[in-house]
Amino acid sequence: MNIDLASASALAFDGLLAALIVWLAWRLLTVADLFRATVLFIVLGLLVALAWVRLRAPDLALAEAAIGAGLTGALLLDTLRRLGPQGAADEAWPLRPTPSRVAGGVLIAAFGSVLAWSVITLPPASSGLAAQAMVALPDSGVSNPVTAALLNYRSHDTLLEVAVLLAAALGVWTLDAEPAPRAAPVDPVLAILVPVLVPLSIITGAYLLWVGSKAPGGAFQGAALIAGGAVLVHLVRPFAVRATFGVRLLLGLGVAVFALAGVVLFVFGAGFLTYPVAQAGWWILGIETFAMLTIAAVLVALFAGSLTSRDARQGQR
Amino acid sequence: MTWLDALSAALIAAGVVFFIAGSVGLLRLPDALSRLHALTKADNLGIGLVALGTALQASSWTDALQIALVWLLALYAASAAGLLVARVAHARQRKGGR
Repeated sequence: MNIDLASASALAFDGLLAALIVWLAWRLLTVADLFRATVLFIVLGLLVALAWVRLRAPDLALAEAAIGAGLTGALLLDTLRRLGPQGAADEAWPLRPTPSRVAGGVLIAAFGSVLAWSVITLPPASSGLAAQAMVALPDSGVSNPVTAALLNYRSHDTLLEVAVLLAAALGVWTLDAEPAPRAAPVDPVLAILVPVLVPLSIITGAYLLWVGSKAPGGAFQGAALIAGGAVLVHLVRPFAVRATFGVRLLLGLGVAVFALAGVVLFVFGAGFLTYPVAQAGWWILGIETFAMLTIAAVLVALFAGSLTSRDARQGQR
Repeated sequence: MTWLDALSAALIAAGVVFFIAGSVGLLRLPDALSRLHALTKADNLGIGLVALGTALQASSWTDALQIALVWLLALYAASAAGLLVARVAHARQRKGGR
């Protein structure tokens, strides 16, 4: 093994990052204060995004930072606010080592080591389908292999993913029984952020959608950014995502357009979601645009809920 | 290592020093407001130095401009976040407690 300064420092960095991730995960499970655990969770999300970068998966890093650290962290903080200090103290179940848990931990560590050893000792020639994927890339309509895999080679997986997100939004609507508590008067500093950050989030989200065909980006990452801007607006002036016709249209469009494209190509073309090679890029962009709108709407619906405090005062649902 | 690389390394190292200073302030200072003061001032300067060091390594002017824009955005968001946390900390301090 050639050890020079660059690879040694890279190894040190990766080792430190991995150790930090494991230690942070342990800390956030064992700390007694839920607020601290939430903050640790957000930091963990950022470190995992760094880990994705080190694994040369910038698309995943973007999604992890935006959705895992950003939106999920904001969702957890909002939940904490609704629980209040007494509720948070009731809900805090810090992990304590009991004999059965320790035994389970040892078993998991052993299984993990077996997995890691089998991955490390894989023969280097077994790179899976990477070679064929790169060979077919010019015909796929995009030049980013991740987008090609998501929206061309395995487009039916992405169709079902968008459907799962829609199901999640429906689930939240079904369970949403309590409106948000009456918020404190909004800090003017937060209101000042909105005119700068919200247009920026829309532009950057749309840019990520467009550039996803050539560089790291795509519908999920763009949607996460746009949802972040909407969440900021919700923090300043709370709104509810009610089941009006417009909202239902927005939520359904992603799956509908995706499935419709598949059916049209099945009836008139070469097969379900088999794009014609010359126009593949446009098909992908069109499907991705509607998917991005739906994903952003679902993420905002997950955060904003369908009730406001005014609904509670009027006794409505 | 060209002089550009050496300059980048020096700037990034200086930025890291400021980050460490901010973290030491976070750990050692007595109350929330003084910790916030140390964090925001030191970390923003640290970000600026690291961004300058990385911009020197950029492959084109547009990349360097992008890094500068990211730095401005980080500054903007960090200042607003610092102010928001400071207001909550100040209100909590006035009610009694740390």
